Amino acid sequence: MYATSYHRASSVEDAVKLKSANEEGRYLSGGMTLIATMKQRLAAPSDLIDLRHIPAIRGIRIEGRKVTIGAATPHADVAASRELAAICPAICKLAGHIGDPHVRHMGTIGGSIANNDPAADYPAGLLGLGATVVTDRRSISADDFFTGLFETALEEGEMVTSVTFEAPEKAGYAKFNNPASRFAMTGVFAAKTAGGIRVAVTGAGASGVFRHPGFEQALASNWSPDALSNVAVDASNLMADMHANAEYRANLVKVMAKRAVASAG
Amino acid sequence: MGVEGIGARVTRKEDKRFLTGKGRYTDDMTVPGMKYACFVRSPYAHAKISNIDATAAKAMPGVIDVLDGKQLQADGIGNLICGWMIHSKDGSPMRMGAWHPLAVDTVRYVGDAIAIVVADSSGEARDAAEAVVIDYEQLPVVTEAVAALASGAPQIHPEAPGNLIFDWQIGEPDAVDKAIAAAAHVTEIEILNNRLSPNPMEPRATLGIYDTAEDHYTCYTTSQNPHVARLVMSAFYNVAPENKLRVIAPDVGGGFGSKIYIYPEEIICLWASKKTGVPVKWTSDRTEAFLTDAHGRDHVSKVKMAFDANNRITALKVDTIANLGAYMSLFSSAVPTYLYATLLSGQYAIPAIHANVRTVYTNTVPVDAYRGAGRPEATYLLERTMETAARELGISPAELRKINFIRSFPYQTPVIMNYDAGDYEASLNAAMQAADWAGFAARRSQSEAKGKKRGIGMSCYIEACGIAPSAAVGSLGAGVGLWESAEVRVNAVGTIEVLTGSHSHGQGHETTFAQLVAGRLGVPIESINIVHGDTDKVQMGMGTYGSRSGAVGMSAVVKALDKVEAKAKKIAAHLMEASEEDIVIENGELKVAGTDKSVPWFQVALASYTAHNLPSGMEPGLKETAFYDPSNFTFPAGCYIAEVEIDPDTGETDIVQFVAADDFGNIINPMIVEGQVHGGIAQGIGQALLENVQYDANGQLLTASYMDYAMPRADDLPSFTLSHQNTPCPGNPLGIKGCGEAGAIGSPPALINAITDAIGHNKLTMPATPMKVWQALHSAH
Ligand SMILES: Cc1cc2nc3c(=O)[nH]c(=O)nc-3n(C[C@H](O)[C@H](O)[C@H](O)COP(=O)(O)OP(=O)(O)OC[C@H]3O[C@@H](n4cnc5c(N)ncnc54)[C@H](O)[C@@H]3O)c2cc1C
Repeated sequence: MYATSYHRASSVEDAVKLKSANEEGRYLSGGMTLIATMKQRLAAPSDLIDLRHIPAIRGIRIEGRKVTIGAATPHADVAASRELAAICPAICKLAGHIGDPHVRHMGTIGGSIANNDPAADYPAGLLGLGATVVTDRRSISADDFFTGLFETALEEGEMVTSVTFEAPEKAGYAKFNNPASRFAMTGVFAAKTAGGIRVAVTGAGASGVFRHPGFEQALASNWSPDALSNVAVDASNLMADMHANAEYRANLVKVMAKRAVASAG
Repeated sequence: MGVEGIGARVTRKEDKRFLTGKGRYTDDMTVPGMKYACFVRSPYAHAKISNIDATAAKAMPGVIDVLDGKQLQADGIGNLICGWMIHSKDGSPMRMGAWHPLAVDTVRYVGDAIAIVVADSSGEARDAAEAVVIDYEQLPVVTEAVAALASGAPQIHPEAPGNLIFDWQIGEPDAVDKAIAAAAHVTEIEILNNRLSPNPMEPRATLGIYDTAEDHYTCYTTSQNPHVARLVMSAFYNVAPENKLRVIAPDVGGGFGSKIYIYPEEIICLWASKKTGVPVKWTSDRTEAFLTDAHGRDHVSKVKMAFDANNRITALKVDTIANLGAYMSLFSSAVPTYLYATLLSGQYAIPAIHANVRTVYTNTVPVDAYRGAGRPEATYLLERTMETAARELGISPAELRKINFIRSFPYQTPVIMNYDAGDYEASLNAAMQAADWAGFAARRSQSEAKGKKRGIGMSCYIEACGIAPSAAVGSLGAGVGLWESAEVRVNAVGTIEVLTGSHSHGQGHETTFAQLVAGRLGVPIESINIVHGDTDKVQMGMGTYGSRSGAVGMSAVVKALDKVEAKAKKIAAHLMEASEEDIVIENGELKVAGTDKSVPWFQVALASYTAHNLPSGMEPGLKETAFYDPSNFTFPAGCYIAEVEIDPDTGETDIVQFVAADDFGNIINPMIVEGQVHGGIAQGIGQALLENVQYDANGQLLTASYMDYAMPRADDLPSFTLSHQNTPCPGNPLGIKGCGEAGAIGSPPALINAITDAIGHNKLTMPATPMKVWQALHSAH
C-alpha cells in the first residue's frame, strides 16, 4: 500500500468538503474493495475520507412502505433488519448472501453501488426495485445510476448518502455463486413494484447490471416461473470469463430468474 | 497403551499456543537491525533481460541495496538443483536447464525472481522494487505440456531441445502389447490431472542473518525439512559450510509438499545479509505464493487396460506427459516417475504393466510434490479406468475390483513395489456398508422424482508411504537417503526431551511422539518435550513429507527408546540388586517382576547423572541416539465412496455423502488421524470440483488470488463418515503406515466416478465445475 492520509468525516458536508480539498482523495466506506485494491497497489489515493462515522448516513428508516437505507449501512444490518424483512424480505436475503460474515459487517450499500462491480448483488436489487440513489446533491433513479462496468452516474466528488425505494408487492432474489469469489456468477432480482414488473440481472451482463424486458413482459401477463420458460435469453451480450462462458450464463440467467420468481415473497 | 499412550485420543499439546495466537512463525521472528526484502519479479512468462537499471531504486528512501543475479553468480552462489536423477529410456540423463536463483539473462515464468531490494521497511522495499527498470525482449510462450512437445514450440532451455526433459519408462512394453492384442476387452481412456496450487495457510517466509564476527549464517525458514535445506545450501549452493549455517524451521503453518524445496528466496536472503551487513527478512504475500510456490499435478495420460474373458486385468498401458514448469524443482523428477508409475498396479493383481512418462518444460511455475505427489495421479488414472471398465463390461464396480484384488502378501508388482500387507476387500466392504450402497437405487429414484440426478462412485486407492529405504531410493536415482534420526534425552529428574529429524507443520508431532514415549515409560505426557526444526539442536534429519514421520520418524524414536530403556533397566537392576532380565517398566516405575520391589523412573534418571552408584564400567547419563532406515515403503490403502446429487438446471454438484474406509495399520492418535483424513479429503474435493491453476496464452497466471482460484470451503463439504481397518505394517516396530496423504489421493476419483455415474457418460474433466457438469449433461456425447 502506498502512503495515504486518513480523515474521519463527521458529516456529509464535512466529507464533501474534505473530498473537494483533496483532489486525489477517495471516499472510504467499508473498505472491502478500496483497501484491498490499495494493498495490491492498484489504487493510490492521497487521502481517505472515512464515511462510516457519519450518523446521518447509517441505518435503515422505514415510513409506511417507503424504505431509506443510509449509504454507510453495512450489509449485515440490512440482512438482519426485521422491519425491512417484514415488507421486503428479498433485499434482506440479498444482503445476507454477500461475501462472508466479515465482509457483511464491513462492506456497505453505498460502497457497493458506488463501486458497481458487474458481479455485485446490490445493483440487481436496486435496479429490480426501481430504487432511487440519493447523493449529497441530487436524486438519481437506479435506471440512470448504473452506467457500465464499475461505472456510475456519480460525478467527481459526488457522494451517495442513501438509497430509497417503495417496498414492492412481491420480490425475490436468486444468486448463483462464482465458485471462487462467491460474488454473483449470475444473480436475478425480480419484483412486482407499483411501477410495474422489473427484472434485473447482475453477474452476467457484458456491460454490468441490466434489466430483462423479455422476462418483464412475460411476468406482467403471468407472474410465475413457468411464464419464463419460453423467453429467450440472448447470450451475445453476456460476459464470458474463465469461470463461465456466455452460453452457460444465459442458462443461469433463465434458471435464476425462475427461482427469483418462485421465491418471491 | 493407557490414557496417554498409543491409540488414545489425546488433545494436541501444541494447540494451546496455536489457538491463543502464540505460535512463533518465521514472520514473527525479529532480530536487531533487521531489514526487509522485496523481490523484483518478471511480469513476463518468457523474455530476455537486456538491461537492469537499479540507479533510481537505490536512491529511494530507506533503500539499503538492490542486488541482481550477476552479483549472486559472481559470489559463487550455485544454481538450484533437482535432487533425483532420472535417465531416459535411451540411457541418457535428464536434461536439466540452469535455474539461477536470480535470473541472469532470461526469465521463464511470471514471477521469476530477478533482483532483491533490501530496505528499512517492507513498504520502502516494495516502492523501490517498482523503480527498478528492466529492459525485456519478449519471447514466445508455451504453458501446456502437450503444446510444449509439439514441433515448433517455443524453446525454453537450450539444454532441453524440444522442451523434453526425459522420456522414461517402467515395466514391460512387449508383454503389455501382447496382452492387449489377446484381450477379450480393452478399456481406453484419456485422463487429465488438473494443476493445483498448494495454498498452505502460512505463506513462505525467510529471515537470513549473517554474523560477521563468527562468519556464520542463521536461516529461519518455512521448511518441512530444515536439515535437507542446510545440506543442499551447503553442498550445492555454496552458501556456507554446514558448521557455519544454522537452519531453523520454527512453527510452520502447513506445507502440503510446497515447503519441501529450497527456493531461491532462502538462498538470496542469506547471501544478501552478508552483502548488506544486515539481517534480511522476506515474507511472501498471497499473490506471490500463487506465482512462485511449486504447483502440483498437471498430467495428461492415455490409458489402455486389457481384460480376459473372466474380467481379470491382463495388462495396463499408460502414456503420460507431465508438465514440470519452467525449472526442475528439487524432487520434480521423482514425482511423475517413482512416486507415480510404481503405484500403477493399485490394489490389483496386474500381470503386465508398462508406463511411459515424458516430462516437459513450460513457461509456468515449477511443479513438484503436492499432498500425495504422484500417487493421486496414479490413483485417479487407475480408478477412473476401473470404473469405466466396469461400465463397459456391464458388471458392478465393486465386483470388478473384487475379481482383481491382490489377496496374498507379500505381493511383488511388476512396477518395483512389494506390498507387505493389506486387506482391500475389508475396506471395500466397510465402505459399501457405511454408504448403504445397496440402498442407492431407491435414493436415486427419490432424487429423480425431485428432478435431480444422483450418482455413486468408489475409489480403491493404495499409496506408498513411509518413504523410504535409502538404498532402494539411491539405486533409483535419489540424491539423499530417506532414513530418520531420533535422540531421547532423559533429564536428571526424569523429564524427557525427544529430538527428531521429522518436522511438524500441522501434523501434531508434539502430541503423537510424546504419546509414544508416555505409553512406553508410563510417565505423564507433560513431562515430555518434542524438539524439532533446528539444525543446531537436532543433528540430522530428513524432514516430513510422504507420510513418513510416523512410520520412519517414530520408528527411530522407538529404537532410541529401546536403548534408553535397556540402560535404565541395568541401573534399576543394580539399585535393587535384581537381575536385569527381571526388570519391567510400568506406570513410571522400574519394577522387579513378580515382587513389590520398584524404583521410580525419576530416581533411575537421577542415579544415572549423580553416578554415585552405577554398575561398574557404566558411563553416566541417560541419553541415546538412533537412526532408522526402513526396509520397505508402507502401503496404506482403502476405499472411498462418494454419492452426489446434481442439479441439472445449473450443473451444481451436492456431495450428499462421503465415506472413507482406510487401513493405516496401527493408529497412534485417532483424533489426529481423523483430522488428517478430513483435511486430505477436503483437498481432494477441491481438486475434483473446484481448484484449477489457469494461465492465459501469454503465460499470465489468471488464478492468482482467491477471487479466481476456488478453494474448498466448509459449505462445499459434507460431513465425512470414516472407519479404519487394520492390517498392521510388518515393516516397522509400531506397525503404522501413515495417513497424511490418503484423503487427497483417494477422493478425486470417487467423486468423478460418482458424477459421471449421475450424468451417464464419461466426458468430464476435473475440476467438475457447475459449468462443466451442465455442459456434460446438455451436450451431445
Ligand atoms: C471477500 C469478499 C467477498 C465479497 N463478496 C461479495 C458478494 O458476494 N457480493 C457483492 O455484492 N459484493 C461482495 N463483496 C464486495 C463488498 O460487499 C462491498 O460491497 C464492496 O467491497 C464495496 O463496499 P465498501 O463499503 O467496502 O466500499 P469501499 O471499498 O470503502 O469503497 C468502494 C468504492 O466506492 C467508493 N465509495 C464508498 N462509499 C461511497 C459513497 N458513499 N459515495 C460515493 N463513493 C463511495 C469508494 O471511494 C471506492 O471507490 C465482497 C468483498 C470481499 C472482500
